[in-house]
Amino acid sequence: MGKLEGKVAFITGAARGQGRSHAVRLAQEGADIVAVDICAQIDSVPYPMATPEDLEQTVREVEALDRRIVASRADVRDLGALERAVADGVAQLGRLDIVLANAGIAPMGADDDPARAFADVVDVNLTGVWNTLRATAPVLVEQGDGGAIVITSSTAGLKGIGGDSPGGQGYTAAKHGVVGLMRSYAMTLGPQGIRVNTVHPTGVNTPMVVNDFMQKWLAEDPTVAGAMTNLMPVEMLEAVDISNAIVWLVSDDARYVTGVTLPVDAGFTAK
Amino acid sequence: MAGRVQGKVAFITGAARGQGRSHALRLAEEGADVIAVDLCGPIPTIEMYPPATEEDLAETVRQVEALDRRIVATKADVRDRGALEAAVAEGVAQLGRLDIVLANAGVFEIQPALEVGDDAWREMIDINLTGVWNTCRAGLPHLIEAGGGSIVLTSSTAGLKGTPNTVHYTAAKHGVVGIMRTLANEFAAQSIRVNSVHPTGVDTQMIMNPKTWGLFDPENPNPTREGAEPIFRSTNALPVPWVEPRDISNAVLFLVSDEARYITGVTLPVDAGYTVK
Repeated sequence: MGKLEGKVAFITGAARGQGRSHAVRLAQEGADIVAVDICAQIDSVPYPMATPEDLEQTVREVEALDRRIVASRADVRDLGALERAVADGVAQLGRLDIVLANAGIAPMGADDDPARAFADVVDVNLTGVWNTLRATAPVLVEQGDGGAIVITSSTAGLKGIGGDSPGGQGYTAAKHGVVGLMRSYAMTLGPQGIRVNTVHPTGVNTPMVVNDFMQKWLAEDPTVAGAMTNLMPVEMLEAVDISNAIVWLVSDDARYVTGVTLPVDAGFTAK
Repeated sequence: MAGRVQGKVAFITGAARGQGRSHALRLAEEGADVIAVDLCGPIPTIEMYPPATEEDLAETVRQVEALDRRIVATKADVRDRGALEAAVAEGVAQLGRLDIVLANAGVFEIQPALEVGDDAWREMIDINLTGVWNTCRAGLPHLIEAGGGSIVLTSSTAGLKGTPNTVHYTAAKHGVVGIMRTLANEFAAQSIRVNSVHPTGVDTQMIMNPKTWGLFDPENPNPTREGAEPIFRSTNALPVPWVEPRDISNAVLFLVSDEARYITGVTLPVDAGYTVK
């Protein structure tokens, strides 16, 4: 018997990386999944973003676990698209219990158009999270039996590690900003028994981090030296490490945990 | 199916009852053996609830053994480092290793700041702060020997926020965070993780007593659990007045399990939103 048997989770950025890992890990615990991903490039993002084929792979992996998944292409910057995806998912899967605001970009080192890079990362990583909460919180409230929301922030949501790159500064500002969203929503949704928390990963072995542009930025910008050097002797975490923290947070084992910033960072922020 | 801490050995202070017993049972359910200590006796300046007894500790032993796990239990005071070291050494001799340390023992007393006497201050700091350090000091050499491990220090919401009438308790519980952060840094290279948990009110005798109820319900000359409940509830973001010992145990279990293999240096509230409110 899984920890999340009979629950339905809405996950943004689910085509690959941490989002896919969350979908698979939650499905292993018995949850059905409503998955969205932009599956397209954003101009200011230097590394290749997810594709429709990536999202199909997530669908296959969840279905291989005998769980249901409703997947669609949607941009977190488009509230209407998120609302439609949620409505369609709830219509097919019957309910909504868990929301993972995971979608995010990291346009570090994309300095050709500083204002564009900053605006894009704030749009996706902060406003996109707000849109995700606006698309889902009313469903949880109306359902009337609680729920659990986890927002994926970053060590950059707790420490100033954006360097002097516009994308990095926007990333750090947005990741700090979602902590404010989390705390506000934890307060306003608490009376309905809806819990809201953030996770703060250090570098994770996914295409967002493991690409030439990110590695070049980390190597060449002296102001971010050590931005991914952990306290524990591990270079990078695996996506499943973040998924395991999220499974715990959304499960009944954490039924009274809300308003919490949970680092999963091999001690990075404790340095 | 293997438990989440199968084959591991956990050293737990304050294990005779309350959260400590709950931790022992929860970890035993998931496959751990236990080294348990408790003072099992009174503290002169802690007057508002009765102390744990040797019978309580014996009951913890009985319940762990009923889960088919082994337990080595000793009456020991966390203020006495030699006694803790002896208890751990005896436990490791019998159970073979040490993987997990839970510095759970603690006391609570309510007093206006200007009425906290020297003895009350000293006993509180000795038990809730120095006792935590002594526990780490006794456990760490064995964790190093084992090639890694996990320590969880029980702090409190009072380790993150100030509240009136608890100056000695709040000072000690904040101090525990300093121990946690230092040890997390100092022993990360040896793969020893150190975290703290911060419970809101937990349904144990430590808060289920007339003096604590009265702190929350000061107008009532004969305060009760029922009378205090709405005020307790109003301090949390979630609509619950307090949490159960098992809720803290579930957080501790997560932290010491491999599910949290890269979580260290973290202050984890289990507080129904108390600190965010």
